[in-house]
Amino acid sequence: MLLKSPAGRENEKAYMSAKELKGAVIKFAGDSGDGMQLAGSLFTSTTAFIGNQIATFPDFPSEIRAPTGTVAGVSGFQIHFGSTGVHSPGDTPDVLVAMNPAALKANMGDLKPAATIIVDIDTFDRKNFDKAGLEADPLTDGSLDDFQVIKAPVTSMTKTSLADMGLSNKEMMQCKNMFVLGMVYWLFSEPMEPTIQFFERKFKVNPVVVEANKKVLLAGYNFAETVEAFTSSFTVPPAKKAPGMYRNITGNQATAWGFLAAAQKAGRGLFLGSYPITPATDILQELARHKWTGIKIFQAEDEIAGICSAIGASFAGDLAITTTSGPGMALKTEAIGLAVMTELPLVVVDVQRGGPSTGLPTKTEQADLMQAVYGRNGESPVVVLAASTPADCFDWAFEASRIAIEHMTPVILLSENYIANGSEQWKIQTLEELPEIHPPLPVSREEWSPYKRQAETLVRTWVTPGTAGFEHRIGGLEKEDGSGNVSYTPANHHHMVKTRADKVAKVADDIPLQRYLGKDANKLLVVGWGGQFGILVAAVKEMQEEGQSVGLVNFNYIHPLPKNTEEIFGKFEKIVVCELNNGQFVKHLRAQLPQFSYEPFNKIAGQPFRVAELKRKFYEIIERK
Amino acid sequence: MEEITTNCVLTAKDFASDQPVRWCPGCGDYAILKSMQKALVELQMPKERPVFISGIGCSSRFPYYMSSYGFHTIHGRAAAIATGVRLANPDLSVWIISGDGDSLAIGGNHLIHAIRRNLNMNLILFNNEIYGLTKGQYSPTTQRGKVTKSSPHGTIENPFLLGELALGAGSSFYARVPDTNQKLMTGVFVEAEKHKGFSLVEILQNCVIFNDNAHEEITGKENKDDNQVVLEHGKPMIFGKERNKGLVLDCLQLKVVTIGENGVTEDDLLVHDAETENPALHQMLVRMQLPHFPIATGIIRKVQTPAYDEALREQISLEKERSKFTSLNHLFLSGNVFEIKSS
Repeated sequence: MLLKSPAGRENEKAYMSAKELKGAVIKFAGDSGDGMQLAGSLFTSTTAFIGNQIATFPDFPSEIRAPTGTVAGVSGFQIHFGSTGVHSPGDTPDVLVAMNPAALKANMGDLKPAATIIVDIDTFDRKNFDKAGLEADPLTDGSLDDFQVIKAPVTSMTKTSLADMGLSNKEMMQCKNMFVLGMVYWLFSEPMEPTIQFFERKFKVNPVVVEANKKVLLAGYNFAETVEAFTSSFTVPPAKKAPGMYRNITGNQATAWGFLAAAQKAGRGLFLGSYPITPATDILQELARHKWTGIKIFQAEDEIAGICSAIGASFAGDLAITTTSGPGMALKTEAIGLAVMTELPLVVVDVQRGGPSTGLPTKTEQADLMQAVYGRNGESPVVVLAASTPADCFDWAFEASRIAIEHMTPVILLSENYIANGSEQWKIQTLEELPEIHPPLPVSREEWSPYKRQAETLVRTWVTPGTAGFEHRIGGLEKEDGSGNVSYTPANHHHMVKTRADKVAKVADDIPLQRYLGKDANKLLVVGWGGQFGILVAAVKEMQEEGQSVGLVNFNYIHPLPKNTEEIFGKFEKIVVCELNNGQFVKHLRAQLPQFSYEPFNKIAGQPFRVAELKRKFYEIIERK
Repeated sequence: MEEITTNCVLTAKDFASDQPVRWCPGCGDYAILKSMQKALVELQMPKERPVFISGIGCSSRFPYYMSSYGFHTIHGRAAAIATGVRLANPDLSVWIISGDGDSLAIGGNHLIHAIRRNLNMNLILFNNEIYGLTKGQYSPTTQRGKVTKSSPHGTIENPFLLGELALGAGSSFYARVPDTNQKLMTGVFVEAEKHKGFSLVEILQNCVIFNDNAHEEITGKENKDDNQVVLEHGKPMIFGKERNKGLVLDCLQLKVVTIGENGVTEDDLLVHDAETENPALHQMLVRMQLPHFPIATGIIRKVQTPAYDEALREQISLEKERSKFTSLNHLFLSGNVFEIKSS
């Protein structure tokens, strides 16, 4: 396998002498203002660029600037990269960068045995111990004896290297993150060019900023090389991947791009009606950058106007979407019912966060499944899909659009904070590789009426205002099938409720069969859905390697379920359903396929699963008589 | 799909749908329906162009009775849904049909933001100062103290004055019309459609069942000439059965004067300027209340300010010209992209 010109290795010598690893997990942790998200993202770009598999997990407080030096204010960015087997951001870091005592305290319990810890020694004083709630200095009280601790004077060295530039103290402190990033680049023999190029691009008009960041980055790199504090440096060789063009992408960006592609393949305009809400706002912001595609962006006055404007745009013929998170979903409920009744295409993206109420806005959870599938007044079926990795958000945004248009139905696409803000490499798909989307149009005026349905799919046609000769009225009152006129006839209502349910159920005829892992296994089937896929794969693969008869099925089609679900479930003795909630998908499965016995495994901590805790549970189930 | 073009000259009847109209006999809504059909004929609008988007309430049945496109939506949200329609297809003529409960209570937020954004569409607000469809509860425009089914001891809320709210939100077109004056109404609808921006037309509409004669003092045969000043751009503010009363400005206050008394002539009267940017006089006009003043009707304000939908279209075409991307493939393959070749 050849790699097309990744920037030359910074230090060929170090590269040659470095130890080769299959992969590693790094966590950058510091105050919300320490630039840990940026340091993490830049490392991610570099390591993706040189061809490693990556998975990232930003984890930050909901306050923009929480009190400095406190555990509550710690912002973290975890990245797992490697040549093979990177399915999740990893359970336990090999390297922890801690910018202050609070960052160390918040993360030291999670480290791998003998992990490397880089601390900014300048911040280790009594004042910061108090802020972090530490009795004693963890660097001297023996609690870190099993780790390799690198005490780097990050603050003072940053100041020293910028001394002659005439910067304010605040401006100098904003470069601290580059010092530790430089150290980490040295440690993993990674090139610095992509980062330098980033600054040159981003701050074209401000060469001082470029220069300052470059200086500190180099200072950190050189510091790591010269202090000989590290026992060795590592290199992670590029991953084996299918040939093609790749880029690093976050889930929210991939979601946005999936919609851009879908609108083109449907030959329709794209409309987004949205109200800012964490962690979905990035989709709005990303799409707002691309007005050149013709996309109409409407930042609404509230969540309700967001979805309502989208419904209006759909009525008028655009591929219409709205993006939100749990609390916003709750507000959109009534309008989703209107789209059900009027049988208009609509995609609602719910990037899930911890709930209920405001809950945990920046933490991950999978607790909106019930809301998506069942949470409306009346009998109000919709299609529900879930994305499972940052990159496949592109595919699921595209698929949600396809189903919405071709089946004339609202589709709810569940993403989750964990994959929305996480990133991985995306094998770029060009428009030519994507299927066409076919809006259902009437064949002739004579045989047309607003609610006349295609016999097999029960789909009505999408005739938009402005089309002469087809003038008609739709609305939220019950419709007479066929004519679409308002109808209060008892038999018609019964018929229409059944018809709307059947229409959604028939989507199962138009989706692929469910794939699963472990064709030869029969003991334990691990069931997941949505964005915990990577972690479940990692756990199940490890157990398979350990000789266990374990299979994995991770669902993207939540409602309706793929047709072969029953067949897969039937192959296994035991089924465990793993989800980040109090047991929602398991309830859905019990209702849909009650003939099986399901054991729930739930985590409701605002955090993703960890491979270790999954394996512990799976072994316990297997060994239980 | 086959396209049918309508070349023949349309009449008001062509805009009537085949659905039976189900408003109460004597309801003010009938006059609004008729005026709208006439206005569309006057505008020579092809049947496929107008879209009527309504919320919930008696008024909101309106789209079913028109033969063009229509969308009977959910309570309070018509303005938000219409916004999407307008942005998706700028060739349509968008009419929001709503009431005082629909637009001023549950949909209040959408109303003020629709006015503020100034999208090119029309809102016809049927103000009967009562909830009719739910059978007689007080609304945000019900007069203080009014006994209704939900205020058996009289309301203890001050009503919204729609004109004041509209001007406060930056309205570019505000008109007030009684449901008894079809001629005025038809003309205002025509002007509302021609106006580039958000045109808000308040209809003083009578609910014959739950709030009969609420506007009687303004619209009644005996009262209408003395209690209404019908404003016309460029014309003096004159009113009264004898056409001898008018409005003047006295120490920054409006004042009613009688022509021929105290040496007042028609030339002394204020001349209505609907198109002035400064809303000060418009505000005074919408605030006029009986018994000291007549109620102002007609087009009170009509000014040109940038319309949201046009600004959005301009941004889109500008971005198309100056974006460094020419296609989605171009975007996807931009930036930090790397290739893995087969080994």
